[in-house]
Amino acid sequence: MTATAKKKRRKPPLGIVTRPGSSLQNKTGAWGILRPIFDWEKCTGCNTCESICPDGCIRHLEKKQYEVDMEYCKGCGMCAAACPFDAITMEEEHR
Amino acid sequence: MRKMIEGSRAVAEAVGLCRPDVISAYPITPQTHIVEELSQMVADGDVDAEYVRVESEHSAASVCLGAVAAGSRAYSATTSQGLMLMAEVLYNIAGMRLPLVITGVNRALSAPLSIWNDHQDTLALRDTGWLQLYAENSQEVLDMHIQAYKIAEDDRVLLPLMIGMDGYVLTHTYESVDVPTQEEVDAFLPRYDPLYKLDPEDPYTLGAFADPSLYQEMRYEIQRDALRSKEVVKEVARDFQAAFGRWMGDVVEPYMCDDAETIYIGLGTVVGTLKDWVDVRREQGDKVGALKLRCFRPFPNDELREALGNAKQVVVIEKAVSVGGYGIAAAEVRGALYGQPKTPPVVCAMTGLGGRDVTYEVLDEIQKRTEAGETDFFAGLRTELLEAS
Amino acid sequence: MSAPEFSYEISKGLLPGHRACAGCGQAAAVRLIMEIAAPNCVVTNATGCLEVFTTPHPESAWGVPWVHSLFENAASVASGVEAALKKQGRLEEVRVLAFGGDGATLDIGFGPLSGMFERNHDVLYVCMDNEAYMNTGVQRSGSTPFAASTTTSPAGRRSFGEDRPKKDLPAISAAHGIPYVATASMSFFADLRRKTKKALGIRGAKYLQVHVPCPPGWGYDEKLSVDIGKLAVECGMYPLVEWENGEVTRVRKIKKIPVEDYLKAQRRFRHLFRSEEGKAQIANVQELADASIEKYGLVD
Repeated sequence: MTATAKKKRRKPPLGIVTRPGSSLQNKTGAWGILRPIFDWEKCTGCNTCESICPDGCIRHLEKKQYEVDMEYCKGCGMCAAACPFDAITMEEEHR
Repeated sequence: MRKMIEGSRAVAEAVGLCRPDVISAYPITPQTHIVEELSQMVADGDVDAEYVRVESEHSAASVCLGAVAAGSRAYSATTSQGLMLMAEVLYNIAGMRLPLVITGVNRALSAPLSIWNDHQDTLALRDTGWLQLYAENSQEVLDMHIQAYKIAEDDRVLLPLMIGMDGYVLTHTYESVDVPTQEEVDAFLPRYDPLYKLDPEDPYTLGAFADPSLYQEMRYEIQRDALRSKEVVKEVARDFQAAFGRWMGDVVEPYMCDDAETIYIGLGTVVGTLKDWVDVRREQGDKVGALKLRCFRPFPNDELREALGNAKQVVVIEKAVSVGGYGIAAAEVRGALYGQPKTPPVVCAMTGLGGRDVTYEVLDEIQKRTEAGETDFFAGLRTELLEAS
Repeated sequence: MSAPEFSYEISKGLLPGHRACAGCGQAAAVRLIMEIAAPNCVVTNATGCLEVFTTPHPESAWGVPWVHSLFENAASVASGVEAALKKQGRLEEVRVLAFGGDGATLDIGFGPLSGMFERNHDVLYVCMDNEAYMNTGVQRSGSTPFAASTTTSPAGRRSFGEDRPKKDLPAISAAHGIPYVATASMSFFADLRRKTKKALGIRGAKYLQVHVPCPPGWGYDEKLSVDIGKLAVECGMYPLVEWENGEVTRVRKIKKIPVEDYLKAQRRFRHLFRSEEGKAQIANVQELADASIEKYGLVD
């Protein structure tokens, strides 16, 4: 239906429809006390860390360089434990 | 077009005319003829719908939920045990504000097992948030299905609707009915245009959970909208009359109530019997009237009070019992009169349970016992069975 | 070094900000699956961890159309969505997925699942198998492995824990003759991606059961989810198998390590190491693993 026609109808009742991606407002980074630190000498760009992060907050910038979004990182340490090349260590950081 | 068809066939034809996209049903006596007729209509290409042969009633309702959420018009029918099995899905559909229509064929509840008619099953679901209409005869049940989609899908309503249809009495009897044409129904009932749906082009999340800071307000809104939907029920009944030339009441339908001293209230086909019995009693000089409670949810307090007028006595023919408590419709009638300027006494006569016929003899007994001052009783009991036990 | 601002495309499927435990195997697995399925899909979801941690209104971590109804009916709701999309002529481009935990899938949702398979709806059902009713506090399900301690099959003075072997839902699903059934593990993510892609390329009913380690439920340090999942597969307790039209077509061979290596790493099995009775049960666990290895030819 057209955008104009949609405007004339009522809003959905309270709580019935939740906006997609609205979880982004919940900054789960506040949960964690550990932060992943990368050793680029050891990193081979295998993408394991990016693949297994439960929160999807690791991304690669270039082949062998990754960035962690600390707004959502819960500090679980899975990336460090799973890295086949021991290129990630977890350091304490109270945030 | 006038046809002499089984009540179940009348429902199937009405549903077919509403152009359902998805039909899902699980067989259960005495609903079976409805879903069989629809099945044949789909198999012959007379109805263009996806027919899903589910493995239980819980899934029948869930399939319909998914279909309506995905933006399609859906239909199912069930009764008794099936209604109970899908009960949690019914609460879910209403809570998610999805406009589904189902036929709730009325049948007694087990135990003991009974396949015969009473109203216990749909009345037990009066708290679900579903609107409820009860049909007096085959023509009405046919017309109600067409009206039902229009009511449920209205933006002011957005609630599912179930149609009470007395098992065997309506499902398995033949009456002469007028079946509208497809063109007439298309003009009255447009295609389903969902307010929100599951669509990758505009993705929504449906069915998120509500913590204590939100749940109460959501229930306030559903109650507010359910109460307001009474006006839509009335409006659609008027529009239907204008389009098809037939009127069978909107929320209540009085018969000979204007000067009645005693009014007998019923739901569904028993109203037909009541009307005939009223004619007989009137010939004997009794000032009696009958009142069809057509819409049970939302409960039409104002219209009920108005129809009861100056009656000195109200009797509810109750085909259900809330065990340990009260008669269900009677309790709602009493509630509607509580604290009002006019409060005639309301008798609750429980009868017609498990398919027991409500005959003139039973109604005569109810009239006598009412006059003798009884207020809550089972009528038409086979006392010889009770004495023996 | 400074990096460009993070931005999340809603269409990625599962977005951050959800409330999964740190180290949640399920969140990782679902993210991977959704990156492949999104954006042209509709997801139905049973009540459980995934549903709860992604959708506390007004927050939703889903970037695709998503619906949650009840505990047992993800499969039947998905059947309805599929029927509607089919009628709308959209089933070619829009894929339907259903998510449920092991409790929702193997126990309470068993009937609706079987119905969906029997009717061969074009739906990919993904079971997130963390081997207990985790969201409600780690109660046993039909998927709880033999001898595991859960809150309703606890190790005690008179009990060694769960006394029934794991219900073999993949085999039951395959017995329906549906086009594709596979077991997978969050720890073998390339394998999981391959199976997801393959499943979504097939028309008809598909079942994907993914082993997803759970730190609080299984009792291990949250960072070790990937390692624990690997041990489960390598000892034969979670065979990675694919069935097509009812027949096994591919398995992932393992190196075979003793089940002890897997069991001792988790609190839910640690009681077995403290008594003679427990050690006897470890032997039973090994037997079950050996039977799987034999059945599927997991060792060369």
